[in-house]
Amino acid sequence: MNEKYLFSLMSVVLLFLLAYAGVEVAGLQVLFGVIIPYMALIVFLAGFAYRVIQWAQTPVPYKIPTTGGQQKSLPWIQHAAIDCPDTKAQVVGRMAMEVLLFRSLFRNLVFKKEGDKLAYRMELFLWLGAIVFHYAFLVVTIRHLRFFAEPVPFFVTGLEKVDSFLQLGLPVVYMSGIALLAGVLYLAIRRIYVGHTRYISLASDFFPLFLILAIAVTGIMMRYFTKVDIPTVKELTMGLVTFRPAVPEGIGTLFFVHLFLVSVLLAYFPFSKLMHMGGVFFSPTRNMTCNTRAERHVNPWNYPVPVHTYEEYEDDFREHMIEAGLPVEKKE
Amino acid sequence: MQKKLYNKNVVIAGLIILAVLATFPFWYNHGKAAPAPKPELTEKAKAAKECIRSTAYMKTEHMQLLDAWRDTVVRDGIRTYVNEVGKEFDMSLSNTCLDCHSNKEKFCDVCHDYASVDPYCWDCHIENPKENE
Repeated sequence: MNEKYLFSLMSVVLLFLLAYAGVEVAGLQVLFGVIIPYMALIVFLAGFAYRVIQWAQTPVPYKIPTTGGQQKSLPWIQHAAIDCPDTKAQVVGRMAMEVLLFRSLFRNLVFKKEGDKLAYRMELFLWLGAIVFHYAFLVVTIRHLRFFAEPVPFFVTGLEKVDSFLQLGLPVVYMSGIALLAGVLYLAIRRIYVGHTRYISLASDFFPLFLILAIAVTGIMMRYFTKVDIPTVKELTMGLVTFRPAVPEGIGTLFFVHLFLVSVLLAYFPFSKLMHMGGVFFSPTRNMTCNTRAERHVNPWNYPVPVHTYEEYEDDFREHMIEAGLPVEKKE
Repeated sequence: MQKKLYNKNVVIAGLIILAVLATFPFWYNHGKAAPAPKPELTEKAKAAKECIRSTAYMKTEHMQLLDAWRDTVVRDGIRTYVNEVGKEFDMSLSNTCLDCHSNKEKFCDVCHDYASVDPYCWDCHIENPKENE
């Protein structure tokens, strides 16, 4: 047992119970269904902008030519344009591959003992888990626009068609829901069971995983098992996005729990490691051209330093030096 | 002291893109109200008072019920459904459900469209024959 993940797990359980009791016992539907979601969105947007502006105000004086390939050099040496970009367009290419394909995670290695040798081997499961999780989350998020748009836009219905093409069961099973659950479970279990990963994991690493797990589980419960009345739920969400907030009768408590956990995620986002969403664009090792040979980069912090050269020193003390028999550059 | 914002144009553009995407539902709907639709009952359905199960059950479970019906009829050849009070029904979407709810467009479709649900029931059980007559 480890207090870091237990603390995170207990926090999520407490948040769950807070929303459940708040709606079921105290009848705070308006608080959990209207006020908290609005506040969470405001905190998310303002907090996100605040963090990004803080980062943008931080000078990055040095070129950090971290590279995974050959820098642009002589014409007969092949240049690795994506791994060691020379122009802004190539930097955009590297950044796009980083954001869309998690390219540097793909290079992940594991250091292990094989027989009596130590060796580096490819380790793709973290990359696989991450990419499954992130894309499933994206698809699930876009699918949720069916609750926030009337009429439902074509890309949402199109995505629903693709996502449910296995036509399993009714209500039809969405693959992205299962992929999201599998991805977040894998990432959480990896952190707990891989010793050296657990050692460097903090409560702030576990909390978002457990929170997203709880969001996915409550969502799946509502869709396939305990059920909520979907048109009434949409009436509430449409009320929120058209600024006519109202809480219609007859929505299951689990919906308010789900909405509360999502609001917690939104409000927590800007102040947590989840800000890697914005932060990836500020990675100095990813967003700089690697043209340190082609161009000279002067530290923008350089300021004129008062110096006293040897020549000036000799000018000050020449007579005394000659008198003491010390060698001098200029004799006069 | 006013701090310098490095790469100002890119940073501001990025933040604007985020704000536009995150507030998509707010500007897409132009604040137009969209209350939940009220499915319309036919005279026959009104006269029957209750469906084969309670309204709350039918609201949330009708799809699973129909899915189970399909499997029971196709795989086991059983065609009679007995509800919790012992009343018997023919397990048939076209002959039982759509007999009362013969107004598919104003009963089934209003909620399905609102919730962006496109059941593949209608792939085979094409437009209710009674409605087309």
